[in-house]
Amino acid sequence: MMEKMIFGRFIPGDSIIHRMDPRAKILFVFVFIAIVFIANSAVTYGILLGFTLLVVFLSKIRLYFLINGLKPVFILLIFTFLLHIFFTREGDLLVDIGFIEIYEEGLRQGIFISIRFLVLVFITSILTLTTSPISITDGIEVLLGPFKRVKLPVHELALMMSISLRFIPTLMDETGKILKAQMARGSDIGSGPVKERIKAVVPLLIPLFVSAFKRAEDLATAMEVRGYRGGEGRTRYRQLDWRFKDSLSLLVLAGLAGMLWYFRV
Amino acid sequence: MNSIILSFENVTFTYTQEDASVKPAVQDLSFSIQDGEWIALVGHNGSGKSTIAKLMNGLLFPQTGKVSAMGQLMAEESLWDIRSQMGMVFQNPDNQFVGATVQDDVAFALENNGVPHEEMVLRVKESLHQVKMEAYLDHEPHHLSGGQKQRVAIAGALALRPRLLILDEATSMLDPQGRMEVIETIRELREATGLTVISITHDLEEAALADRILVMNAGQKQLEGTPDEVFLSGNELTTLGLDLPFSMRMTHLLQEAGVQLQGEHMTEDELVDELWTFYSRK
Repeated sequence: MMEKMIFGRFIPGDSIIHRMDPRAKILFVFVFIAIVFIANSAVTYGILLGFTLLVVFLSKIRLYFLINGLKPVFILLIFTFLLHIFFTREGDLLVDIGFIEIYEEGLRQGIFISIRFLVLVFITSILTLTTSPISITDGIEVLLGPFKRVKLPVHELALMMSISLRFIPTLMDETGKILKAQMARGSDIGSGPVKERIKAVVPLLIPLFVSAFKRAEDLATAMEVRGYRGGEGRTRYRQLDWRFKDSLSLLVLAGLAGMLWYFRV
Repeated sequence: MNSIILSFENVTFTYTQEDASVKPAVQDLSFSIQDGEWIALVGHNGSGKSTIAKLMNGLLFPQTGKVSAMGQLMAEESLWDIRSQMGMVFQNPDNQFVGATVQDDVAFALENNGVPHEEMVLRVKESLHQVKMEAYLDHEPHHLSGGQKQRVAIAGALALRPRLLILDEATSMLDPQGRMEVIETIRELREATGLTVISITHDLEEAALADRILVMNAGQKQLEGTPDEVFLSGNELTTLGLDLPFSMRMTHLLQEAGVQLQGEHMTEDELVDELWTFYSRK
């Protein structure tokens, strides 16, 4: 199941979306989230859906892969859809089978909210699917740059993020090893009542914490020896490259907003 | 040019200053290392090796005595300048990998020292080439073997073009193949650049490659000399908890069993050579 999940996964590729500047992509997603709320009619939601599918197409990520990976999200989607259908009591009565009463307005609202939800999930997934975590971190660091003035430790935050990302696979491996070691000692994690299972996690977590602290200490030493003295006077190895197509993507978004505003009811 | 690159003068260091009954981790230690030498610092656990490593790069300061490196006395003011001229590789390959990919990690020390971007790109390529890892630029650490990670760590140290490279048990967590890779890398580096190397180890086979060996025991210098000289005192090393290289142990056992072998054999090849010519020379 974990293999199919695509939250936070990065699929390397060479599409136009992949090659965009991470700063542009992050800005794009945030502006897009705001724009989505302009839509309020069938036409505007249609435009949004069309636009999103265009972005998915441009990213060269297969729609089937995306839908398959977002399965857990669809359960939530269906749930909200049903909530709207059953609890909105406005407009004409469409269906009336005993205790089930579906109104026109409910159906409308249900479909709109579902599209809104779907579009948001798709666009944010495309961001993480087409941008490596390290690029996202770089983008965030630069975008937050102005907040250094108000003493926000931007560089430290970005470093924390990149080190956490770097250590996820290492700690996953470690967890696997500890799990096997404890199983070899007769600990039973996978079965029994919930209370027992929660208890069984403790001997897994404690060694993991101990080792994580040990790693942190080693890493701090290694960083100090390599001359790390905080963000002051540091140069950057990774350079971001803002091109015309990045500006263009934001312009397209402005166009979309204008269109939505025009067709809004 | 035979200048002194690092020296310890009567250095004593204790972790428990308030408790005089505990023996200091390093006691009245003096030695100096010439530019271009390969020194091995050997000793078993608790002999003070790791403390010495930390004293060398100013992670710790001695209570008495002086540590100087690159012609400067180790002090708060000179610390960063000295560190920028020495590279250090630690034991655990995972815990010293800072960057998200190989190239980011190699660039880390360069970023810290404010090297301009264009220069960085060149130096990252150059130092990865020196350790033969240039094909792995974009690889992530969990896709590399231990030996490869250590070679990246060496590249990260080399990128700063240091005068001194310190290997603090850099091969002790590796499998035999990884260990060979790292030792071979160091050997080639020394041949190509004449870099000064200090390897801190408890592996006497690795130490045998050095120009000079310092044997540490209980915070003090026990023996000092070329590998041949040090290995002559075979039994003494064994009592210090150090394992002699296999070929030397074999030689000793054969001699005890009455086989008239000549001298010591540092490598398996030397021993094999003597053995297969043994009968004809008799």
